[in-house]
Amino acid sequence: MRKVGKNSVAFDNVFLHSWGTSCGPKEKEGPIGTYFDVSFNDLYCDEKTWETAEMNLMRTALVEAIRKGNLSISEVELAVGGDLNNQIAVSNYLMNDFPIPFIGIYGACSTAVLSLINASTFIDSGYGKYIACMTSSHNSTSERQFRYPTEYGGQRPPSITTTVTGSGVGILTNKKTEIRISKATIGCVTSSGENDANDMGRTMAPAASMTLKQHLEDFKISPDEYDLIVTGDLSLYGSKVFKDILKEYKIDVENNYQDCGLMIYDLQNQDVIAGGSGCGCASLVMYGYICSLLRSKKLKKVLVIATGALLNPVMVAQGKEIPSIAHAVCLEGVSE
Amino acid sequence: MNRNDEKQIFKKALDNNKVKRPVLKNTLKAFLVGGIISVIAEAFLSFYLEVLGLDKDISSSLMSITMVFIASLLTGLGVYDRLGQFSGAGTIVPITGFSNSMTSSALESKSEGLILGVMTNMFKLAGAIIVAGVVSAFVAGNIIYLIGILV
Repeated sequence: MRKVGKNSVAFDNVFLHSWGTSCGPKEKEGPIGTYFDVSFNDLYCDEKTWETAEMNLMRTALVEAIRKGNLSISEVELAVGGDLNNQIAVSNYLMNDFPIPFIGIYGACSTAVLSLINASTFIDSGYGKYIACMTSSHNSTSERQFRYPTEYGGQRPPSITTTVTGSGVGILTNKKTEIRISKATIGCVTSSGENDANDMGRTMAPAASMTLKQHLEDFKISPDEYDLIVTGDLSLYGSKVFKDILKEYKIDVENNYQDCGLMIYDLQNQDVIAGGSGCGCASLVMYGYICSLLRSKKLKKVLVIATGALLNPVMVAQGKEIPSIAHAVCLEGVSE
Repeated sequence: MNRNDEKQIFKKALDNNKVKRPVLKNTLKAFLVGGIISVIAEAFLSFYLEVLGLDKDISSSLMSITMVFIASLLTGLGVYDRLGQFSGAGTIVPITGFSNSMTSSALESKSEGLILGVMTNMFKLAGAIIVAGVVSAFVAGNIIYLIGILV
């Protein structure tokens, strides 16, 4: 492991051993729904409250990742993860049931990649053989925390995104597998000057574009290096802002750019307004879809830039801007 | 490149991609649905007045209670939020919107129990409406009273 440029790191021996994904009904019906391991038929996910429902999503994804990797729980030496709830309650309460050392992190919706970067540094510094990275989000826990009650009849504006109900867990290892985590760039907190909690995609776009710009500068590469560059949850309007900012810096991503929020749902036929968002959005698309394509060699090299709006309802009510952050990680298919 | 140049670039890209709300379409939908809700309320009022032959005061109270009950029921059945998404102000401005804001808050917090959940949070959204209502009633009442003295 070595530092590269200003904000980046190159990993030596970090590989993805296995992954598990779980999702709600809307994500299952979406265009890439078949790539997810387990799905639930309603938002309660066989539980009584939204919070325990989200815990069940994360538990299912973790157990699935361990099972698919032919591991036992005791072989997982560390877990790094978080969610969108206050005090990252879902992750903390869930890990109460597992005898695994746990580092709880919060990076809003960037947690999917943030956990991957943290776990990768632990792997490369020799902490252990298997480390789990976990993230989850639930439509109803997020709605009630950041916006309105689920059944509230207020009209949602066209810029609002739909929080993804789902969880993705990846288990990293230092032994060679088909997928390698090779590079990462840690983003700076960036403010766009916006303070509309119903328009997070546009708010996060500057952070995402600055992280990509920094990544390309640090590694002295061009966007063509990647088959695919995906952002976490900029969705319909944010991804346009992202491309426009990059154009100003003469960075062209027109041919190989997508956004997880636009991949996970069918915007024409599903009632999701501007697309998907939340920790679960980036982690479901990254582990479920992108890693499957990397394993089947349909993709070779992908840069995932998970974006997080570091929204605090109290600060927003006090008229402060919403700061954002974005972290990038490079996933590569390993040739035999 | 310094931070100010960066801010300028962000602002330009953000301004170029502003999200417009379809104001005219929303207004028409709100007018239509709000109007239909009012017609239904009128029908209940006429029913209580003319069919049941009740007092005017009692009839209008009963009409409000009926509308609040229907909105509350539709909220519980998960229909009202979809209606609200279609009609916006049309379903939020009438008394049915008030009912929805209370019922949805109560439903949302039922997992935290009766006192700390439902009773504490029920007025979370509706509280602002009540304060606005009481204050504006106080102001309007005073104005009417003063006009009464002067005229």
